[in-house]
Amino acid sequence: MRTARVPVPLLLPAGLGLIFLLLPLAGLLARTPWSTLPARLAEPRVVEALRLSLLTSTLATVLCLVLGVPLAWMLARVSFPGRRLVRALITVPLVLPPVVGGIALLLALGRRGLAGQWLDATFGITLPFTTAGVVIAESFVALPFLVIAVEGALRGADSRFEEAAATLGSTRWTTFTHVTLPLVAPGIAAGAVLCWARALGEFGATITFAGNYPGITQTMPLAVYQTMESGDLEGAVVLSLILLVVSVAILAGLRDRWLTAP
Amino acid sequence: MKTLRTVAAGLAALIAFGLAGCGGERTDNDTGDRAGTVTGPITVFAAASLTESFTTIGKQFEAAHPGTTVTFNFAGSSALATQINEGAPADVFASASPKNLAVVVDAGNSEGRPTTFVKNQLVIAVAKGNPKGVAGLAGLTEPDVKVALCAEAVPCGAAAKAAIEAAGVKVTPVTLEQDVKAALAKVKLGEVDAALVYRTDAKAAAADVDAVEFPESAKAINDYPIVALKNAKNGAGAQAFIAYVSSPEATKVLTEAGFQAP
Amino acid sequence: MTALLDARLVVRRGTFLLDIELRIAPGETVALLGPNGAGKTTALRALAGLAALDDGHLRLDGRDIRDDPPERRPIGVVFQDYLLFPHLTARDNVAFGPRRQGQDRKQAYGVADRWLDRVGLADHGRRKPRHLSGGQAQRVALARALAVDPTLLLLDEPLAALDARTRLETRGELRRHLSAHPGATLLVTHDPLDALVLADRLVIVEQGRVVQEGDAATITARPRTDYVARLVGLNLYRGHGDGHTVTITDGFALTSTDSVDGDAFVAFPPAAVALHPARPDGSPRNTWPAVLADVQRHGDNLRVRLDGPISVAADITPAAAAHLHLEPGRELWVAVKAAETRAYPGDG
Repeated sequence: MRTARVPVPLLLPAGLGLIFLLLPLAGLLARTPWSTLPARLAEPRVVEALRLSLLTSTLATVLCLVLGVPLAWMLARVSFPGRRLVRALITVPLVLPPVVGGIALLLALGRRGLAGQWLDATFGITLPFTTAGVVIAESFVALPFLVIAVEGALRGADSRFEEAAATLGSTRWTTFTHVTLPLVAPGIAAGAVLCWARALGEFGATITFAGNYPGITQTMPLAVYQTMESGDLEGAVVLSLILLVVSVAILAGLRDRWLTAP
Repeated sequence: MKTLRTVAAGLAALIAFGLAGCGGERTDNDTGDRAGTVTGPITVFAAASLTESFTTIGKQFEAAHPGTTVTFNFAGSSALATQINEGAPADVFASASPKNLAVVVDAGNSEGRPTTFVKNQLVIAVAKGNPKGVAGLAGLTEPDVKVALCAEAVPCGAAAKAAIEAAGVKVTPVTLEQDVKAALAKVKLGEVDAALVYRTDAKAAAADVDAVEFPESAKAINDYPIVALKNAKNGAGAQAFIAYVSSPEATKVLTEAGFQAP
Repeated sequence: MTALLDARLVVRRGTFLLDIELRIAPGETVALLGPNGAGKTTALRALAGLAALDDGHLRLDGRDIRDDPPERRPIGVVFQDYLLFPHLTARDNVAFGPRRQGQDRKQAYGVADRWLDRVGLADHGRRKPRHLSGGQAQRVALARALAVDPTLLLLDEPLAALDARTRLETRGELRRHLSAHPGATLLVTHDPLDALVLADRLVIVEQGRVVQEGDAATITARPRTDYVARLVGLNLYRGHGDGHTVTITDGFALTSTDSVDGDAFVAFPPAAVALHPARPDGSPRNTWPAVLADVQRHGDNLRVRLDGPISVAADITPAAAAHLHLEPGRELWVAVKAAETRAYPGDG
């Protein structure tokens, strides 16, 4: 590999960018009361919130995969009228403030919402203030990340492999499962990780749509916020750090396993 | 052309508003030094439940003291306390409970003694017409009545807890909201059937919700203390504003909003 | 012999129109030969079902497959860059087709192992495509296409991605497999050598139309378009025959020992062209003045292009070149012996 000198106009902003990202983290670490960290981890409230966070963000990722991969496939492989519009609409949750996303979800799936009303009347299902509601809120915010990543991977993949599969007698569905999916697996994995990370950190839509109740809807970010609200800044820092450490550990573990290119 | 000019005017107003909100523009160090005259900007951190009445009082104060501008930061009292202790530039802190004010006093960030300027009492906010027929705190224990409370960390939550304990009932909320406005919003949206909120908040939302008074609220009356801050850039302004809040004009505004005199 | 494949392929792509008829007998290999953009690959995709026909018909073994999707057609395709599935081993690639045809794992892998053995890669089955050389990948692609036991085998420039040396070896081996294939085989190529070695019959397409078809000997001896003539290395002219004289343009005629009347072609190899600094005298009947346009190396000789009443390519030895002072613009005399030319009818 060539170790040429890096041009200053690139090096300088790159370094500043890195510092910009790491400095707040250093701020957190500087204020961390390390001695109380293990005790905090043992608190039932924290364990509960952490368990709920990991559970809901994983379920949200599964939901996003089930809905998002086919959606990405449609956008990448099928030309239908209004495709550009659909692609633009998919990015709406990205630009919508999450709190507004939560209110939008209430208006759609809440007890008096467009679809929620019918869900309640027909099946007796109400989503707000339930763990399922947390999964819905997280999925809503995280789905665009998955769709965009997977669609990019599908566009980058050579669709002639799919033609080759067809000439070998493979139906479109078998081609999708046996050729397309394995080919874009790294892209799907990357999208799923982004999706999971976004779901794990989700706050605004969750607290608005699903509310905040320990053990049912209070995920780690909500617990962090509530701890800070009660004036316990140190506690909030510790909880944030726990969330950070757990997610980084999981991502690093996954990376070695299956995020590397085949 | 006309629309364009309107837009431009709007933009200019927005920019001016944004700059004013920055609070870093104070260059006149002699603000309010001369006895009897108060000038310059005054920054007030106030509890969310004071939003409507303090906005009105601020305008009255500016009219009574030409040359002053009052800027508010409304949020949950605990969040405000944290911000002040972390060095936010504020002259006055009006809290919805003595507990949150004590956090600031204990940290040595206050100047002079806090005074209680109003009291607030809880009511049960229900949907217009009270469809579930909630008559008192006991009504909140019905299984088909969904209840939102404030989180204990915020004053309305602490007051709700005290009132519920005084009534000797066991209320299981579906969510613990981060401030009184969020709890009220859940009633407005029909996601919950009832929420314990301040009488003032219910009154401000009288178009959408009905207020049900209950006797135990007398056991959980909230004192609203106000104090000047040590890091105030405009000490004289702070004292003048605190004095004005107890004036007959301000008291009238506060009582009309549903507050009680101390 | 009845045709196994009987097709008329009509495909429109904007202003481009492909309209060709193809008939291939069982066991026969036909090469579809033509310049880039002639429509060869479009024809192959239409046969495979990857491009829709705008008109025409498509029958394979008596069955109309025009409206069948690719997966229901009894075809096998070897793509230009093979398109081996990168996530599967060579063995899985070959077994892919049989599996999709409904064979169970054991059967499918049995077929795959047999084919890998036949192409000489029995011990490469566990390798992923990226660990195969170009020649090996080509053979796996062939095995994969043949493993579905196709009635029609299609090959798209099967040797184009290989280096010259591998190409030579693979070409011979490919020929062996193609002649063993009992179904019909269509080979799409722009390389005349591939076509000549691998195919029993050549179909030449230019601009979407068949311009000539026949066996290799006929086509090399009697090209009917400039493209074919260049392909087989001949000078070719079209004109009007009157016995041994063929008039090419007003006032310019070539004499041949062949006799032809009416619309006619005259062809002769560049090696039959002699160049002289001055008007030659003696036996050649065809001589004319020309101006040198350019000179290029051509094997051990030099290929010289000349303008004049007709433009002509001549191959001369370096020794001959030495005393001719070959530089563009030089005026020379061209001579072609009548015995070295071939004249044949232009119609039919």
